[in-house]
Amino acid sequence: MSTTFWIIIAGAIATYLTRVGGHLVISRFENIHPRVEAGLNAVPAAVLTTLVAPAALGAGPAEWAALVVSALVALRGGLMAMFLAGAAVLIVARQFVG
Amino acid sequence: MSAQAISENGAKSDFWQGVRLSMPVVVAAAPFGLLFGAIAVDNGFSVFEAFLMSALIFGGASQMVGIELFGQHVAPWLIVLSIFAVNFRHVLYSAGIGRRIAHWSVVQQALGFFILTDPQFAVAEARAQSGQTVGFAWYLGLGLPVYVFWTIESALGALFGKLIPDPHALGIDFLLPIYFLGLVMGFRKRPLWLPVVVASACASIIAYKTVGSPWHVSIGAVAGVLLAVILPPHHSGVETRP
Repeated sequence: MSTTFWIIIAGAIATYLTRVGGHLVISRFENIHPRVEAGLNAVPAAVLTTLVAPAALGAGPAEWAALVVSALVALRGGLMAMFLAGAAVLIVARQFVG
Repeated sequence: MSAQAISENGAKSDFWQGVRLSMPVVVAAAPFGLLFGAIAVDNGFSVFEAFLMSALIFGGASQMVGIELFGQHVAPWLIVLSIFAVNFRHVLYSAGIGRRIAHWSVVQQALGFFILTDPQFAVAEARAQSGQTVGFAWYLGLGLPVYVFWTIESALGALFGKLIPDPHALGIDFLLPIYFLGLVMGFRKRPLWLPVVVASACASIIAYKTVGSPWHVSIGAVAGVLLAVILPPHHSGVETRP
């Protein structure tokens, strides 16, 4: 088998360990401390923010406009509406500011 | 109608409800699946290897990083370590979602963790927060279409990658941040949402500028989670529950 194949296999095992590992560690404890629970409840906002913030900072006016509009739409509409609005603003704005 | 038939129908409609929720994810991920395939072939992967990587790893960002390093002839162990680093945030997802799927069988859980991506976690966590059960059929309905499309698109991208005319004009490089922002907004009713978002945003930006990618994800995430742990419990709303 080629090196590429083994890189893929090892990468897949490493990835699966991250996906199952957190649960395996946490499930060892019978009672979850309130502070740990508070931390777990913060996970979605904390992790997903890190996927947006640096990208937003390094972007330009077209991307910022898209993010602002989609954030506003998200206050009222669902995920799909917000996503389509953001994508539409991005495509239109890029025609003007590249 | 027998009880079994009723529960089968319930599982079926749960499955399709999950499928409906998966559609924005399928749309948002499509360009990246194609792009991944195209880049993979460009960096020396065969079409089958591009497909295999998507089918076994199923993590877009880590696959992109892996391919990029592969193209630069970086040592294999370092490529694997980088894939691990990019995917390290899943440890937190895993710990969080494990509480929601504890009632599944071990095999169902093993499969559930395999398809635990960013949107999978966010949408499942949002459902749990709204007081609904995260059932296996619903979870599979949410994740399976994303998985199937992702692997097919990777293969298609590898076959026909060079045909995307102007990816920048179509905005495909910035669709994922928009989508992730929507997921962040979806959690805005949670206690401590704003402080956590601000802490994670600041920490990830500082880490991005100093330590560099992909560590900014783990560092930024830990900053937000630590803030929630450190603040007194009456802020985080966990002690109000029985």
